[in-house]
Amino acid sequence: MARSDSQSQTTAADKRISQPKRSSYYRWKTWFPLLLITPAIIIILLVVAYPMVYSVYISFTPYNLLRPDTTLVFSVDTMFRNYERLLGNKVFWRSVLNTVIFLAVTVNLSFLIALALSQLMARVTRGQGIMRTLLMIPMMFAPVLVGFQFAWFFNATVGLVNNALLGLGIIQQPKAWLVDVPSGMISIMIASIWMNVPMLTIILLAGTLSLPREVFEAAEVDGAPAWQRFRHITMPLLRPFTLIALTVLSLDVARAYDIVRIMTGGGPANRTEMIWTYAGRLAERDSQYGLASAMSMVGVVLGVLFTLYLFRQLIKSRVVY
Amino acid sequence: MTNTPTTANVKTPARRRWSRRRINNTLINLLALLILLLFALPAVWIIFTAFRPASEINVKPPIWIPQRLTLDAFESLFGLNPNYASGIPVMNYLRNSTLTALIATTIALSVGTMTGYAFSRFEFKYHTAVFLLIMLSRAVPGVALGLPLFLLMRKYNLVDTTHGLAFVYAAINIPFTAWLMDGFFRQIPKELDESAYIDGCGYWTAFWRIDLPLALPGMAAAGIFAFLASWNEYQIASLLTKTPKAKTFPVGLYDFTSQFTVDWRGMTAMSVLMIIPAVVFVILIQRRLTEGLTFGAVKG
Repeated sequence: MARSDSQSQTTAADKRISQPKRSSYYRWKTWFPLLLITPAIIIILLVVAYPMVYSVYISFTPYNLLRPDTTLVFSVDTMFRNYERLLGNKVFWRSVLNTVIFLAVTVNLSFLIALALSQLMARVTRGQGIMRTLLMIPMMFAPVLVGFQFAWFFNATVGLVNNALLGLGIIQQPKAWLVDVPSGMISIMIASIWMNVPMLTIILLAGTLSLPREVFEAAEVDGAPAWQRFRHITMPLLRPFTLIALTVLSLDVARAYDIVRIMTGGGPANRTEMIWTYAGRLAERDSQYGLASAMSMVGVVLGVLFTLYLFRQLIKSRVVY
Repeated sequence: MTNTPTTANVKTPARRRWSRRRINNTLINLLALLILLLFALPAVWIIFTAFRPASEINVKPPIWIPQRLTLDAFESLFGLNPNYASGIPVMNYLRNSTLTALIATTIALSVGTMTGYAFSRFEFKYHTAVFLLIMLSRAVPGVALGLPLFLLMRKYNLVDTTHGLAFVYAAINIPFTAWLMDGFFRQIPKELDESAYIDGCGYWTAFWRIDLPLALPGMAAAGIFAFLASWNEYQIASLLTKTPKAKTFPVGLYDFTSQFTVDWRGMTAMSVLMIIPAVVFVILIQRRLTEGLTFGAVKG
C-alpha cells in the first residue's frame, strides 16, 4: 500500500516538475528546427537568391560590361527590350529548340539504356563485382573530362572514331563529326548519355535487387510471360527508384553545358547552340550582360518547372511507400 | 531396385532444363561483361594514353595497342624534365582544387547535416515549402548563377579568389547534402530521441550525442558527393576564376588547348591526376553508394 502510495506521489511530483519543463521543451520544439535551418537559409539567400534577383534586375536593363554608360540604366519603357530582342532572335529560338531536343533525347535514351542494363545486370550470376567496377569507371570522370575526351574521339583529323572507321574501310574520307549537321548534336548526345548511364544504372539495379522475389515466383507459377512480369510487376515496384534516378539526372542535366561548351562551343554557326552556351557567349564574348541575363532567366524558368514536377512526383511516391 | 529407373526418368528432363538455364546464365554473364567493357573502354583509353610515349599518340597510321608505357607525360606536366617542361602551373591547380573542395565540403556538410536533421525530425510551418525552395536553389544552372555572381563578387574583390569560389560551392552543395542527410536521419528510429528526451536530454544534446554518431556513414557519403561535385565543377569556376591564383583543374585543362592544336597527351596526364580522388572514393564507398542514394526515399 505504502509503496504504491509513494509511487503515485512521485508521479504527481514528476508532473509538477515536468510541467514547466515540458512547455519549455515545446517552445524549443518550434525554435530548434528553425535554428538548425537558419545557416542554410542565410547562405542560400546570399549566394543563390540575391544573385538571381540581381540577375532578374539586370535582365531589364541594357547592361553592357564594356560600356559604363549603359550600366544599370533602368527605365520602365525599355525594361522588356532584352526579352523583345530575344523573341526576334533566330539564334535564341534555335538554342531553345536544340536544348529541348537534346534534353528529350538524352534523358529518355539514358533512362532506357540504364533500365535495360540494370535488368541485364540483375540477372548476372557471376562477376557482379567486376561489372559494377567497370560501370563506375565513367562516373569518375568530370563532365569537363568527358567533353574533352569525346572532342578528341570525334576529332576530324586525329580522332579515334575516324581512325577506326577508316581502318575498317567503312568510310573512305575522314568525317568532320562535330561540324556536320546531325552528327554534331549526336556526338554531344553520345557523350552526355555515356556520362549519365552509370549512375542511373546503379540506382535502378539497387532497386531491382531489393524487390521481393516471391511476387516474381508467383507470377512465374501463374504463367505470366517475361515481358508482362516486367511491365506489370517490375516497373510499378521500381517507380520510387525511377523517380530518384530521374531527379539525380535532372540535377546533372545542366552540367551538359560543360560537354557542349568543350566539344563544339555551340558552333559551328550555332548548329549545336543551347540556352546555356548562348547565354555564356553573350556575356563572356559580347559582354552583353543584360541580354545574357534575360536569356538565363528563360532557362531558369524551364529548369525550375522541370525540377518542381519531379519533386512533386517524388513526394507523392514517398507517401505511398 | 525398381525405384532406380523411375528416379532416373524423372531426373533427366530436370537436368536438361537446368543445363539450358546454365547456358542462358553464361550467355547473360558474357553479354553483360561485353557491354560493360565497351562502356568502360573510352575511359580506359584516356588513362592508357597518359602513360604512352608521344611517338604513339596521334600518329598516322594509328597505333592501337600500347607498345611501351612511360611516365614522360607526368614528368613534363610537373616540370621534372627541364627539356620538356609544360609550363603549366599544375601545383597551383592542385592546391586550389584541393582547398576549394575541402572548404566547400566542410561548410556544406555541417550546414546540410543540420538542415537535414531539422527536416527529418521536426514538423514546422511551411515544412515542405521550405524544403522545396532549398531544393529548387539546386536547380539553378551554373551559368545563370555564375553571371550575376561574377558581377556581384567583383564589387567585393572576391573574383579570382579561392575562398570566394569555395563559398559559392558550399552554397551549391547544401541542398543535395540536406536531401541525403534527411534520408539518413529518417533511417534512425525516432524512439531513440524520444527516450533521450524522457531521460532529460535536450534537443541539441540528442542531435549531437545520439543521432549524429549514428549518421556518420551517411555524412561520409554526403561529404564525398559534395567534394567530388566541387572538385569537378567547371561552369562557375570558368566565370569566377581567371588566373593560376584561383583556377582549378577543370578550368586549367584549357591550358592544353591553343588556337589550332591540342596537347592531348598532356591533357590525359592531367585527367589522370583529376580522377584520383574519385578513384579513391569509389573504392571506399562502392557498396554504400547505392544504399545512401536509395534509402531515404523508399523507406522514408
